[in-house]
Amino acid sequence: MSPPGPDERLLLDSLSTGDVAPEPAAVPSAPPLPPPPPPPAGPAYEVRPRARPLLPGEPDEWLEVSVGPHHPSTHGVFRMDVVLEGERVRRLKPVFGYLHRNHEKLGEQTSYLGSIPYTDRLDYFCSLTNNWAYVQTVEKLAGITVPERAEYIRILAAELTRILNHLCLIGFLTHDMGTMGTPLMYAFREREKVLDLFEALTGARMMCNYFRFGGCRCDLPPGWLDGVRRFVDELPRFLDEFEALLSTNEILLARTVGIGVLPPDLAINAGVTGPMLRASGVNYDVRKVDRYGLYDRFRFRVPLGEHGDTYDRYMVRLLEIRESREILLQVLRDLPGGPVLNPQVKQRGLRPKPGEAYARIEAPKGELGFYLISDGGPQPYRYRVRPPSFVNLTILEDLCLGHTLADAVVILGSVDIVMGEVDR
Amino acid sequence: MESLESICDRLRAALPGVDVQIVPNPAIPAQPSLVVARDQALAVARWLRDDPALRLDYCANVTGVDWPETVFQEKVRVRRVVDGTEREVEETVEHRRPGHLEAVYHLYSMRLGHGPLILRQRTGNRAEDARVTSLTPVWRSAEFQEREAYDLFGIVFTGHPDLRRILMWDEFQDFPMRKDYVEPDDYEYEPTPHDEVLTKARRHYPTGGTSA
Repeated sequence: MSPPGPDERLLLDSLSTGDVAPEPAAVPSAPPLPPPPPPPAGPAYEVRPRARPLLPGEPDEWLEVSVGPHHPSTHGVFRMDVVLEGERVRRLKPVFGYLHRNHEKLGEQTSYLGSIPYTDRLDYFCSLTNNWAYVQTVEKLAGITVPERAEYIRILAAELTRILNHLCLIGFLTHDMGTMGTPLMYAFREREKVLDLFEALTGARMMCNYFRFGGCRCDLPPGWLDGVRRFVDELPRFLDEFEALLSTNEILLARTVGIGVLPPDLAINAGVTGPMLRASGVNYDVRKVDRYGLYDRFRFRVPLGEHGDTYDRYMVRLLEIRESREILLQVLRDLPGGPVLNPQVKQRGLRPKPGEAYARIEAPKGELGFYLISDGGPQPYRYRVRPPSFVNLTILEDLCLGHTLADAVVILGSVDIVMGEVDR
Repeated sequence: MESLESICDRLRAALPGVDVQIVPNPAIPAQPSLVVARDQALAVARWLRDDPALRLDYCANVTGVDWPETVFQEKVRVRRVVDGTEREVEETVEHRRPGHLEAVYHLYSMRLGHGPLILRQRTGNRAEDARVTSLTPVWRSAEFQEREAYDLFGIVFTGHPDLRRILMWDEFQDFPMRKDYVEPDDYEYEPTPHDEVLTKARRHYPTGGTSA
């Protein structure tokens, strides 16, 4: 809105007409022109009244924009109701539920075994860790033990999944910054190798449906470990190249350093988990805290950030890929023989004793927990998923306030959400 | 982490008159939980978060559980005088558990690395008294999860800063995760003029007519 300028008619009057000869004298009887009306006090255009009342402290020029649900930067069907002052975000409300299919109700209507394929669809990038979280809860509820070889295979699968997820996330994050897909395609090239391994192992590339109560569905196919070894050996070369391309890139630094800072106290209080929490400098990794599976046998470090900004969230994920590779090397070295499935476990028609259990794992996106209540029947009485990306969205508004809308897109990309899990 | 009994004792000493009970868990992991009266939940939650030995600063999971009214029968042996002689007779006794909804919180400590402590609040009944205290002022992570419990179970969290539906759409009426929820035949049903014509036609031809 520009300040009201001088009246145009006054300007025109003062201009020369360009005529050489003086104009003939006007008819004397003509009355003098009335004085021009005073300039309007308010803005020159009409401000459209808002549908909703103004929030306290909200000036009149703030603009409400709905970003999504079909916007490429929102990673699925997700909407942000943003209130903007110029280019700055002043309010932000995440709106979701477009992919809601009441996964929990489905879980209460099928048998314990029948829910495993459904868990694949929660976070469809990381179906194997979803399987693991669910299977682990049922094992805890029913007191099932897992053979050693199966535990190793689970760690193998989970760490491959973590590499895959973090690579894709970094690819999508740079895509959000406008790299137009080049790093994303590099990341997808590596992802393709992992997906080929998954296909050879489980028969499916994304919806793996591989873990069973008390172990895994089948043993490793012949030659599969060689494929993993090849992938693990080639990974550092790719990572070095990827980092050389991105980590010191001027544009990436400009878009991420100091953007969306998450202080550690808020991160803990808001229940943020996973790489996002550790980027804020909180040392909390469920693999280290709960020592589920056989994670206490492996040596790996937990990368921590210092500032909690978007760059730290990016960097923590890159470092976690390298630590996952360390775990993979140790698994490949130590993998024992033996059965992969506890033969005493009844897979079909499992009826755990009445009671409840909550178990959690460190999924690539954060703490993935399942909460099951059994009433002794063949279906769980209550089946609850604690999705990491759903809870991590709680502080999206706090991260974005004061930043530009373009930065909000990058911050959302660094939160790492998958709508299949948020909406369930 | 210290035992739930000693937490209860310290809680009663710290907050006199507080109503907490331990619910045993018969399952194999044996995670017992703490039931707290809903109007005292906020004080108890603050104490659990700030107590130096517990420091439960991280609320991992918030969810609802629906317990409709159930009547279950139990067989008991009692001594009765039957036909002049005292004998042991088997009798069936009916127990009634009133219906209620539950909000369950799983608490961990990130600083001290222990947990979980399971906290429960219970509503009065399932219809007009489905109300518990929101713990979002204590743990921000409960904000969306309590909204979800409200959306799917109809538990009203008093004191929640922004209690709206979160997964279902705003116009939706029922609470789908309740055990007695009945799905509508058509989620996208909207009355059309055709329906009015149809009811009018039915009024004219009560026995069916040609169109039937």
